[in-house]
Amino acid sequence: MDDLMTVVDWSRWQFALTAIYHWLFVPLTLGLSLIVAIMETIYVRTGEQKWLKTTKFWMLLFGINFAIGIATGLILEFEFGTNWSNYSWFVGDIFGAPLAIEGIFAFFIEATFVAVMFFGWNRVSKRFHLVSTWMTWFGASCSALWILVANSWMQYPVGMKFDPEQMRNVMDNFWALFSPVAINKYLHAVTSGWALSGVFVIGVSCWFLWKKRNIEFAERSMKVGGWIGLIGLLLTMYTGDGSAIEVARTQPMKLAAMEGLYNGSQGQSLVAVGMVNPEKNWADDTDEYLWAIEIPKGLSFLATHDFNAFVPGVSDLVKGVAINEKGDTVSTVSYADRILIGKQAHEALRRYDKAKVEGDKAAMETARKDLEANYKYFGYGYFDSVDEAIPPIGMTFYAFRVMVGLGSYFILFFIVVLFAVYKKDWFRKSVWLQWIAMLSIPLVYVCSQAGWIVAEVGRQPWTVQDLLPTRAAISAISAASVMVTFWMFAAIFTILLVAEVSIMCRQISKESKKEL
Amino acid sequence: MEMLAALTQGIRKRLRAIFYLYYDGFRSMTVGKTLWVIILLKLFIFFVVIKWLFFPNLLSRDYDTDEERAAHVRHELTTR
Repeated sequence: MDDLMTVVDWSRWQFALTAIYHWLFVPLTLGLSLIVAIMETIYVRTGEQKWLKTTKFWMLLFGINFAIGIATGLILEFEFGTNWSNYSWFVGDIFGAPLAIEGIFAFFIEATFVAVMFFGWNRVSKRFHLVSTWMTWFGASCSALWILVANSWMQYPVGMKFDPEQMRNVMDNFWALFSPVAINKYLHAVTSGWALSGVFVIGVSCWFLWKKRNIEFAERSMKVGGWIGLIGLLLTMYTGDGSAIEVARTQPMKLAAMEGLYNGSQGQSLVAVGMVNPEKNWADDTDEYLWAIEIPKGLSFLATHDFNAFVPGVSDLVKGVAINEKGDTVSTVSYADRILIGKQAHEALRRYDKAKVEGDKAAMETARKDLEANYKYFGYGYFDSVDEAIPPIGMTFYAFRVMVGLGSYFILFFIVVLFAVYKKDWFRKSVWLQWIAMLSIPLVYVCSQAGWIVAEVGRQPWTVQDLLPTRAAISAISAASVMVTFWMFAAIFTILLVAEVSIMCRQISKESKKEL
Repeated sequence: MEMLAALTQGIRKRLRAIFYLYYDGFRSMTVGKTLWVIILLKLFIFFVVIKWLFFPNLLSRDYDTDEERAAHVRHELTTR
């Protein structure tokens, strides 16, 4: 068991490392492609050369990010086949179909239109070039759709039926994949990319202001980046609100972990800032927080849009208290009972396997029916204690506050930047404001990564919610091999990141000396 | 027949234009050349070194049929 858990832990770290590095490149591609398309649209409409130069500059940075980031996501697919082979088989075509579509979209749309975007300036008409730029943005956004649909299915598995013969979840309703969970997650991730890119454009532009080079170019860029960033962030907040409602409905344990909440109540307050008690266990009476500043009734409103609604905590959920689809408090199956039901499902699957070997079709059918009846809690059958079904509270709690705290800061940031950039002297003279903008670039990446930590750590121990925990999803491989590849990836991705940052810095510096 | 010839010529012309779009584009690159070196090196490392040496698809490698793969996963998921 110890060796199995070591493999699980190292594989999780490896997947997290790969996903985090991949997500450094993706949001900038999603947002900067939009910003570039808008700049080019202004150029086509006005015919002004200054907008052509502005477009080309940001397109160059987009190209660097795109080139360095391309194919980094492939590593995740390699890991599925080697480290997570049980998972890969178990999810079957549900996960495979969106990823295959993503591959086709990524290859055909992006490979075609990115080439026209970079090589076609003097070969195709202005309008066709503009269409290609917009199609690049559209292609990147579509690629993200399929990945996030697949991810959402893991958090909220719908539209499938488990077949013990194939040992796979077989898709029976393709459109169910586009659940409110998926739509909210997709829009939340994509629009957060717009916000990230807005901060990036503003930060880089402020370097021009600080160096006193191409001032008007910098201010032009900041106006587009500022508006896209602000709109993106407002949409991120709106879809984040939708996501909170969906998490409360479909993954209440994740919500409880995000809040560090053990014992829920009606009109539940939201912790604005605080520290969770690391010694706290769901079964004891110790305090949940070492200290906390709370917003009265905030969590009830966040989770249900009703200030007085009941929000269950970890202990409530373990004991079987939850809120239903309508937001009413209901009794549900306790975690101890879920474990028993899960073990019955495992037993049914074992009987199915035995009957299959013996060719006893009647016994197979009986076992299949028993499995179906208990399948909802199949994954709980792997646990010996309810403690194993509780996600890491501390990391989820703090990551959520980092995401929300920085998100709130960036609302203020965009408003101040837009106000200041339209008051030209204000921004040009405010060196401190320029530095804040430049230093905000790493902060927006921290914010973006924190969002993914909330989403992925908060859903532990599941790879597929309620059906397959990480310990069952993992392949029977050695921990040593995963450790070796972990450090190899750490080295490769760090080299890629250093290459990206250094090439970008060199190009920004070089281009800044030209007239833009 | 003439229409077919004109059509073929039109397609050839279009294909030639597409070829030169990429050909001239790659030739006139500046920073793009460095990026292409990085992309090709990266793809080589990913597919030839990492995928081939360290990341085989275990179920495809170890089993010949889907039935065998299903039996293996059934065993794995009921014995942990």
